[in-house]
Amino acid sequence: MRLIAQIGDWFDRRLQLAAPIREVSEHPVPRNTASWWYVFGSAALVVFVLQLVTGILLALIYVPSGGEAWSSLQALNHDVTLGWFIRALHGWGSNFMVAIVLIHMVQVFLFGAYKFPRELTWIVGVFLLLMTLGMAFSGQVLRFDQDAYWGLGIGASIASRVPIIGPAIVKLMLGGPIIAGATLSRFFALHVFVIPGMLIGFVCVHLLMVLKLGINEWPMPGRVVKKATYTAEYHELTKKDGAPFVPYAVWKDMFFAAFILLAVAACALYFGPFGPTGRPDPTIIQTVPKPDYFFLWLYGLLSYLPPSMETPALLIGPVVVIALLVLLPFLSGEGEKSWRRRPIAVLTILLIAIILGTLTHLAGYTPWSPHMNAWSGDPVPEQFLHGRTALERQGALVFQVKQCRNCHSLGELGGQRGPALDSVAVRLTQDQLIRQVIQGGGNMPAYGKNLSPAETTALVAFLETLHPAGQAPARDASRDVVLGDAQEKRPSGQP
Amino acid sequence: MSNENLVSRRGFFMKMGILFNGLVATALTMPIVGYLLSSITRGRANAYLSWVPLGPLSEFPEGETRLATFRNPYVTPTDGKTADTACWVRRIAGEQLQVFAINCAHLGCPVRWFQQSSLFMCPCHGGAYYQDGSRASGPPERGLFQYPYKVQDGLVTIQAGELPTPGASASLAGKKPTCA
Repeated sequence: MRLIAQIGDWFDRRLQLAAPIREVSEHPVPRNTASWWYVFGSAALVVFVLQLVTGILLALIYVPSGGEAWSSLQALNHDVTLGWFIRALHGWGSNFMVAIVLIHMVQVFLFGAYKFPRELTWIVGVFLLLMTLGMAFSGQVLRFDQDAYWGLGIGASIASRVPIIGPAIVKLMLGGPIIAGATLSRFFALHVFVIPGMLIGFVCVHLLMVLKLGINEWPMPGRVVKKATYTAEYHELTKKDGAPFVPYAVWKDMFFAAFILLAVAACALYFGPFGPTGRPDPTIIQTVPKPDYFFLWLYGLLSYLPPSMETPALLIGPVVVIALLVLLPFLSGEGEKSWRRRPIAVLTILLIAIILGTLTHLAGYTPWSPHMNAWSGDPVPEQFLHGRTALERQGALVFQVKQCRNCHSLGELGGQRGPALDSVAVRLTQDQLIRQVIQGGGNMPAYGKNLSPAETTALVAFLETLHPAGQAPARDASRDVVLGDAQEKRPSGQP
Repeated sequence: MSNENLVSRRGFFMKMGILFNGLVATALTMPIVGYLLSSITRGRANAYLSWVPLGPLSEFPEGETRLATFRNPYVTPTDGKTADTACWVRRIAGEQLQVFAINCAHLGCPVRWFQQSSLFMCPCHGGAYYQDGSRASGPPERGLFQYPYKVQDGLVTIQAGELPTPGASASLAGKKPTCA
């Protein structure tokens, strides 16, 4: 024991770190901040360290070359002992990190912790969030598979829309004229050197400010922040009601950090690593690219924006959002901290959560994407064929062969890009069906040139049978009046 | 020597030191920026573009649209398969062709040709195009990108080399948007 103390003394004589470390760990924090609500920041840091360690481990095997990255990922998954587990830890760690950073941000926002004097802590935090998202995107690129390849294409398409310098930005981003080896190399540099370096620096500044300014006190309704008096009030609070951070508050951080690490490991063990999906060969076009979980909402948004809105929304939207986040502490740097007295703050969080949640949910089954194999893969349900005339069955065949099914479902099978057609005859009259098929419109291509008159007649005859039993198809009353005389003369009653 | 002079002498050297470092940093910045922007500067005046063969005209029957692949004319040693590119070749009649980029004009996903309905469909956000490449429906703002082509001695060649993107379509020398 004495020897250890002597060695410790030897080092401290030279490093002189013991006193500052003791001061930092024993600094008083407001008693009620030793709460389970205050554990997310430290958890984010712990997951970041996990990412650093697993990232370095992956770099031992991974080859950042357009021609070999995919094979090296396969080797990690299948050949290298426990390579799959390290990949899984890194992948799940990334998901957990984004989630925890977002939860941490929501908590800080709802607890008013961004207000005076912690404005800069918040702003640095905003940049930490952006860097975390940058790590998530660049990490997805390093998993160099089909999703990564076409994801880069989407990124390039967005970047190209910047006025004037768009094409130059694309070449800078891709490192050349196409998505290829140079693209992967520069994303590797970003993911492994540039962004982590910046992250480490910003995390240090963030932590330094947490220590210098003190942890945000538990917000009490009615305890209003005023720049003139806040600092004195906070010191009074920590002096009167404070407790040393170690061990009073730190044990909850430690428990939660261990729990999160365990959760990451459990997910890694149970679900395994992410991908890689198919080889990044752009001549394989039978692929349905999809971004990783935390960018699914963006994928959804991009399909719902009207074409005219898309470029402005893509280019101006992020600037506005980042500006709002950075300006937030200046727009409301004083006043109430408690969420109980800030209904608009709570509603904003709920609104954003609902929007992101809904878009993510929709992107889970992409109702806007045609089902490319529905026309050849999904059968026409029997009830739509039973007891039908030859013409109507011919129409069902046209319906399948012309790939209508890729966008329209029957019996809940098929694409959801267009409306389900199970009861289309109730909604549209014969004339309207013909017009819609031939001219298209309302986001449907015109089929006039692709269907012969006979095919159109058969198709519409089939569509007219699509109505629930006991519910009559839509009829154009004026048409009956106009054609009334003619129909009377025809014994068969055919128009 | 007076005290004032001593201070100003050291101050002078410090200022010179800052100036010296500034000059060196500026001098070093030039090659660094030049290196960083080389992918842009190298591609000036369409230097990335060249004519690449797609195959004999006989491989593309009249009235049909076929998938063709080519190796990008500009490659680096680590490109691997990524330098292989696909495109759709529509032979209208004789030597009259249309060569479409595989990339959707919306966000670049690979479009697929459906012969029966004469439509190109995109699996990502549901963009659809008619057989002549014009926009049919969905989020794209314009028709499919087209490569300039030539038919020489029965061989189809196209001018390619850059990823076609919505903002960079001018540099592809393709047609103007067929559908605004």
